[in-house]
Amino acid sequence: MAEVALQNLNKNFDEVYAVRDVNLAIHDKEFIVLVGPSGCGKTTTLRMVAGLESISSGRILIDDKVINDLPPMDRDIAMVFQNYALYPHMSVYDNMAFGLKMRKFDRADIGRRVQEAAQILGIEQLLQRKPRQLSGGQRQRVALGRAIVRHPQVFLFDEPLSNLDAKLRVQMRVELKKLHDWLGTTAIYVTHDQVEAMTLGDRVVVMRDGLVQQVGEPLELYNEPANRFVAGFLGSPAMNFATVRVREADGVLWAENNGIRIRVLGQTAGRLRRHAGEQVTMGIRPEDLHLASAADPLELGFDAVIEVVEKLGSEILLDVAVGETTMVASVEPHVRVGVHEKLRLAINPERLHFFDTTSEVVI
Amino acid sequence: MTFTTVAAPRSYARTPRRGPVTRLLEDERWLAIVLLLPTVVLLGLFIAYPFIKGIMLSVTDTKVGVPGHFVGLQNFVNVWHDGIFRVAVWNTCIYTAIATIFKLALGLWLAVLLNNNFKGKAFTRAFILLPFIIPTVLSTLAWKWMFDPTFSVINWGLYRLGIIDHRINWLGDPDLALISVIIVNVWRGVPFFAISLLAGLQTISPELHEAAAIDGARAWQRFRHVTWPLLLPVTLVVMLFSVIQTFADFQLVYVLTGGGPANATQLFSTYAYQIGIGTGLLSQGATISLAVFPVLLVVVIVQLFYIRKAETH
Ligand SMILES: Nc1ncnc2c1ncn2[C@@H]1O[C@H](COP(=O)(O)OP(=O)(O)OP(=O)(O)O)[C@@H](O)[C@H]1O
Ligand SMILES: [Mg+2]
Repeated sequence: MAEVALQNLNKNFDEVYAVRDVNLAIHDKEFIVLVGPSGCGKTTTLRMVAGLESISSGRILIDDKVINDLPPMDRDIAMVFQNYALYPHMSVYDNMAFGLKMRKFDRADIGRRVQEAAQILGIEQLLQRKPRQLSGGQRQRVALGRAIVRHPQVFLFDEPLSNLDAKLRVQMRVELKKLHDWLGTTAIYVTHDQVEAMTLGDRVVVMRDGLVQQVGEPLELYNEPANRFVAGFLGSPAMNFATVRVREADGVLWAENNGIRIRVLGQTAGRLRRHAGEQVTMGIRPEDLHLASAADPLELGFDAVIEVVEKLGSEILLDVAVGETTMVASVEPHVRVGVHEKLRLAINPERLHFFDTTSEVVI
Repeated sequence: MTFTTVAAPRSYARTPRRGPVTRLLEDERWLAIVLLLPTVVLLGLFIAYPFIKGIMLSVTDTKVGVPGHFVGLQNFVNVWHDGIFRVAVWNTCIYTAIATIFKLALGLWLAVLLNNNFKGKAFTRAFILLPFIIPTVLSTLAWKWMFDPTFSVINWGLYRLGIIDHRINWLGDPDLALISVIIVNVWRGVPFFAISLLAGLQTISPELHEAAAIDGARAWQRFRHVTWPLLLPVTLVVMLFSVIQTFADFQLVYVLTGGGPANATQLFSTYAYQIGIGTGLLSQGATISLAVFPVLLVVVIVQLFYIRKAETH
């Protein structure tokens, strides 16, 4: 059982405000992912939870107990570092046993726990080796093993997979997920990789410049981003943005610019009506664009010129010019298209996003 | 279709031919010889020649102005039965052991302190080096004044603090003299330890300390289980250097006490000087100097063995 709460958490290094007013209630057994671009304060937040960084203001609670002034060793947490931070002079066994020894577990218990963890992670044959005799993936497992032997209340991960190659990363991602399902320990996971965030997190926290942008389940963030930053950060290829003017004519709402003229329907139209006559930012994801067929109504599409064709096998990405804006469209892999060709793209009207151009907040 | 790839090797072939010297140096064997030459000459001139000359002197009865004859190992037998020589051996061992232990302890302590972040860190690090930078003879003369029975600031300070009620004769008292000499040696040697160990400390990733802290290790345990084992190879190398230097120390003792009082601070090197240069018995002096050699050799071999062991661990 461990709930972690961050309340009005702030951290500044002299003039640099690394973390600003972060509020977060992490539930028991939850796997929460902090994600954001480099320098947004993810690591700093995590290190404050670990007790490796002092707190400028605000509070951190574990199970309703304020831990601000508790040293790391008394917080009952385990951390997996980006560079693993394995003790180079100790064997794998000793690396994993160290925390237990320091906490005065008896020898038999230590042996049992290390064996158990080694078995879960599939590193039983490596126990006598030194860290430098291991591959990156094996080191990663040892670092995980060191964290799980203690059965801590909270796991902290700081980009634990970023030093692995792409294939191994995907594999370890799945294993981490399994491990968490199995252990059920509350976990805070930091990454700048949005795919990791989406796949691992029960909930995802998107951060920018030390500020929390949005907290929610992965699909919630993906489908209903709170602002332009979140919309652009999650998803690959990223969401397309175009500046459009909202125009109302005979009760019908249009989003227009030089090259686009789209009719806005349903609830979106209801929310957008207040901005009639103003400029707003329209967002549409690449997969919500498709090649227009005869069935697609004229007012839900626009003409585009292909600039680049990227064939990925499972899909084709078309970089297109639409008036003055460029967009990416993801289309079926069997579509035959060529550079400089003109085509008509249709949109999925329910999947349009609109953002205030200055505040970038969703409309 | 013509491709331009064929042009690449041709342009390579067109690079200007290199001169004969350059081509010779391209050969690694020749390059190695050229690079080694200055070192070999210097070492030969200032180390190997005196060493061999010393060995040759030690098996003769050469005195200043008197060319000697071959006398075999007679000098070594004489030295072996020389009471003062035995005192010097004993003093040198004590001097080296105690000084090294204190230099290590203080140096390590300073290094750990300096490894922290604090205001004026760079300045302090530079300041620490002062005893190491000042020429030994100069600083030792200053110490000589501080130890002077009449003018000693140390005595003055201790007296003012009410710790002593009479003058302490730092260099005149046989027991105190050795202690005083050791103090100065420690003072001069600590910077070398501190800076070298600090460099070693800085190669230890702070993440390891953080991991250990999270693993539940208190400050002392972190030092004991993480810092110390990772610093050990550096520590052993620094100690090796220090032992060799301390064992053959000369300037400091020569300036402070000249080996006295009554040979209380007589070391290998001061005794060799006294006999060889002071008395003019060149061959005897050379013999005493050479007697250090096997002792140091054993020390060095043992230490190198441990360094290898520490490094492979
Ligand atoms: N010890 C420090 N001293 C001064 N500034 C710091 C320190 N640590 C972090 N910062 C600053 O705080 C901000 C947040 O840093 P942080 O390491 O938390 O970013 P991050 O989100 O983990 O980024 P990354 O993805 O690159 O690891 C950055 O602007 C960084 O420069
Ligand atoms: Mg980081």
